[in-house]
Amino acid sequence: MLYNPHTDEERREMLEVLGVSSVSELFKDIPAEIEAPRIDIPGPRSELEVREELKRLQAANEGEGLPLFLGAGAYNHYVPAAVSHLVMRSEFYTAYTPYQPETSQGMLQAIFEYQTMMCELTGLDVSNASLYDGGTAVYEAAIMAMRATKLRNRVLVDEGVNPLYRSVLRTYSGNLELEFVEVPHREGRTDFEAFRRLMDSDTAAVVVQNPNFFGVVQDFSALAEAIHELKGLMVMAVNPVAAAVLKSAGEQGADIAVGEGQPLGSPLFFGGPYVGFLTARQKLVRQMPGRIISETVDREGKRGFVMTLQTREQHIRRAKATSNICTNQGLVALTACVYLALVGKEGLREVAVQNLSKAEYAKKRLSAVEGVRVKWDAPTFNEFVLELPSDAGRVAKELVREHGIVAGLPLGGYYDGMERDLLVCVTETNTAAQIDAYAEALGRVL
Amino acid sequence: MKLLFEKSVPGRRGVKLPDLDVPRVEPNEAWGAELVRSEPPDLPELSEVETVRHFTELSRRNYGVDNGFYPLGSCTMKYNPKINEEAVSQYGFAGLHPLLDDELAQGCLEVIHKLEKWLCEIAGMKRATLQPAAGAHGELTGNMLIKAYHRAKGNLHKKKMLIPDSAHGTNPASAALCGFEVVELPSDERGNVDMARFREALGEDVAGIMLTNPSTLGLFEENILEIAERLHEVDALLYYDGANLNAVMGYCRPGDMGFDVMHFNLHKTFSTPHGGGGPGSGPVAVNEKLEPFLPVPVVEEDGGRYRLDYDRPQSIGRIMPFHGNFGVMLKAFVYIFMLGGEGLKRVSEDAVLNANYLMARLKERYRVAYDRVCMHEFVVSNTDKAEKGAPTLAIAKRLLDYGIHPPTVYFPLIVKEALMIEPTETETKETLDRFVEVMFRIADEIENSPELLQEAPVNTPVRKLDEVRASRRPVFRYRKG
Repeated sequence: MLYNPHTDEERREMLEVLGVSSVSELFKDIPAEIEAPRIDIPGPRSELEVREELKRLQAANEGEGLPLFLGAGAYNHYVPAAVSHLVMRSEFYTAYTPYQPETSQGMLQAIFEYQTMMCELTGLDVSNASLYDGGTAVYEAAIMAMRATKLRNRVLVDEGVNPLYRSVLRTYSGNLELEFVEVPHREGRTDFEAFRRLMDSDTAAVVVQNPNFFGVVQDFSALAEAIHELKGLMVMAVNPVAAAVLKSAGEQGADIAVGEGQPLGSPLFFGGPYVGFLTARQKLVRQMPGRIISETVDREGKRGFVMTLQTREQHIRRAKATSNICTNQGLVALTACVYLALVGKEGLREVAVQNLSKAEYAKKRLSAVEGVRVKWDAPTFNEFVLELPSDAGRVAKELVREHGIVAGLPLGGYYDGMERDLLVCVTETNTAAQIDAYAEALGRVL
Repeated sequence: MKLLFEKSVPGRRGVKLPDLDVPRVEPNEAWGAELVRSEPPDLPELSEVETVRHFTELSRRNYGVDNGFYPLGSCTMKYNPKINEEAVSQYGFAGLHPLLDDELAQGCLEVIHKLEKWLCEIAGMKRATLQPAAGAHGELTGNMLIKAYHRAKGNLHKKKMLIPDSAHGTNPASAALCGFEVVELPSDERGNVDMARFREALGEDVAGIMLTNPSTLGLFEENILEIAERLHEVDALLYYDGANLNAVMGYCRPGDMGFDVMHFNLHKTFSTPHGGGGPGSGPVAVNEKLEPFLPVPVVEEDGGRYRLDYDRPQSIGRIMPFHGNFGVMLKAFVYIFMLGGEGLKRVSEDAVLNANYLMARLKERYRVAYDRVCMHEFVVSNTDKAEKGAPTLAIAKRLLDYGIHPPTVYFPLIVKEALMIEPTETETKETLDRFVEVMFRIADEIENSPELLQEAPVNTPVRKLDEVRASRRPVFRYRKG
């Protein structure tokens, strides 16, 4: 049947070796009173039927292919054709965690290259081999900071950090001795004064995002100095595309940088699989969660790569591990590595500049519509907040329904008093014509 | 082999973007020079063809299920059907944003909803969340649910989580991360939980137990019904680590065994590829007791329309920013859609048949840790050969020379010199026979030419790697010069 290759004859031969007459005898340790009923799922079916089902599901996804101005942590970037071609080499994707390094050098070297590039992007010293996604990476960074500061348990989180990430952090911190204080933003920017008031010698870390959820780019150097004086750490969530041009997390004084690696060559995929990255200063390496790859040599002195510092990890340390993570997002880290190699140094800068340029163009075009304005006068990357004259949720719904445009994220559900605000994202995939059409449609629905 | 950075030539370009169709804005104009980084990140500069050759060459230095036998115990390295990959690449799912209105992503929501129903049907549970990104993430979620249950009842004294000594390392790590005090339970001489010690450990302060059944020894826990009954008497909950679910589908259900909460590993049981270390997916299913606490949002169906429901006042909250690893779920959806209940039962039958066959044949020359009928995997204790100078690691490295991925080594921790072997249902009898033949040849080599094991591996792209050096003098990134 399907992927089980045995013929009836072979099954008979195998049972004979075992000295039993039927397969069911091998299940005799299962108590009779819990014998399962028949699994009520139709099948088996063929690939042709799968394809029909997939076509039906595809037709039900009415949002597919619409002009997209929605970001908020998941970004629609151009993915070069070679990326999926290479990542789909089955020697990579049908392997598992490289427990046997001699036969896993391909993946290990690629992850070493990935680590190098993530260090370059964030301006920090060491990178791990990946975490689940940007949101869980923020949480891992927060507890890493707790450990590194000898179990200080207060973490101050800027409201400019993606509210979805903060809600994950809230879920997790509810189960730990972790006091998690959210610091309200001020006009879309970090309220540095509030941070200074709230920071104390029990603060493990300040957590900020750059560009923040509203797209605003800032310099956090002064905040880093202030928290360092108190012997706490700064955790910065960064966008890896913006990192090509924005003053790096390391340059701004961050001790740990995390982020969502999806913009580096992974499609939107309704939310995953994505990849969380985490880099840090060298002195924090033993507190890092997850796999880390190191260069080494083989017995003939030839360069090779292995997983290292495994005594931090759950399979050795068990209840005292730095994290419970085991399976991570290896293939998506490979995707980021392939993407960065293909676009290269100049290419990533060009992607960043195109995002910025198109977002600036969109700001001008959309704010020229009567009653619409860019909410705050602040420097931004590829997202910005648009203030509308009426409820943003209603406007966005009409733009989809009447004009087939996904206009952005209405912020009412995420921030108090922002019912008329829309978070708009523009990437290199949005053409000038799409932006013009958006402006025109917006004028019509208002 | 050279690194990307060593192949880089300044000024060389790979792919090209379209020319900008709006006025160009440089970061220093828009932001001011103080916000612009002083030096660009030093990424490699290569042509497309060089990049393609680089990663193609790397892939040749890697080994996956498509290359050959991969009996890595506890990981269920079964064949990954190619239709799964077609499903995620060709039907438009890749372009859908996770924050689209429900109405625009009905196909995706239907996949999530149906997969939830099917998983519950297979496991005998009530509802599930598909958000967790991997097994360990599912464990953490499950522990949070257990904690929320006890909190809601005001049972704050329930602080202990019982975990057998044969458990995956993620079990104690997840429980500890959730603030539980981990109590380790020893195993008895048949590989079951030691019931005397279990009864001793049991008390009002016990929040729950985390069990893998069949256990990591590949053995069905014979006392499971008593364990469940005793725990429920003190209102403690049972967590089922679904890593080994491949052994029992259609034969018994965690829900019927008495488990209250469990995770699935879609990348083990449900054929989604392991990706060289992820992405996986670790859905968590619960019974009635824990349903109110499930993470938000859940997908509800109403007259063939699907919507995300956030209105769950007792929910523990979100555990992923979006919906989890949707691409992985879609592959598992396709797998279950194709096999159906009947096919899944045959999966478990052949997984168990293959493991028992392999064990029976290997027993001639290798010492099996627990000599009883196994489920989908079994453990060899290699102490006899280790005494002759061939520890488990040497056998593993020698297997590489024969083109076979070694089994899991030195796990479970309670078996000395362990080799944990899980053939899976997708392997032919010839493959199993060849594995036996190679293992016997290695047994001969241990007797007659032990130097072969000391030298191994010799047929791999690199020889044995110096892991001690990597931990004493680690190098985490490339630096020029």
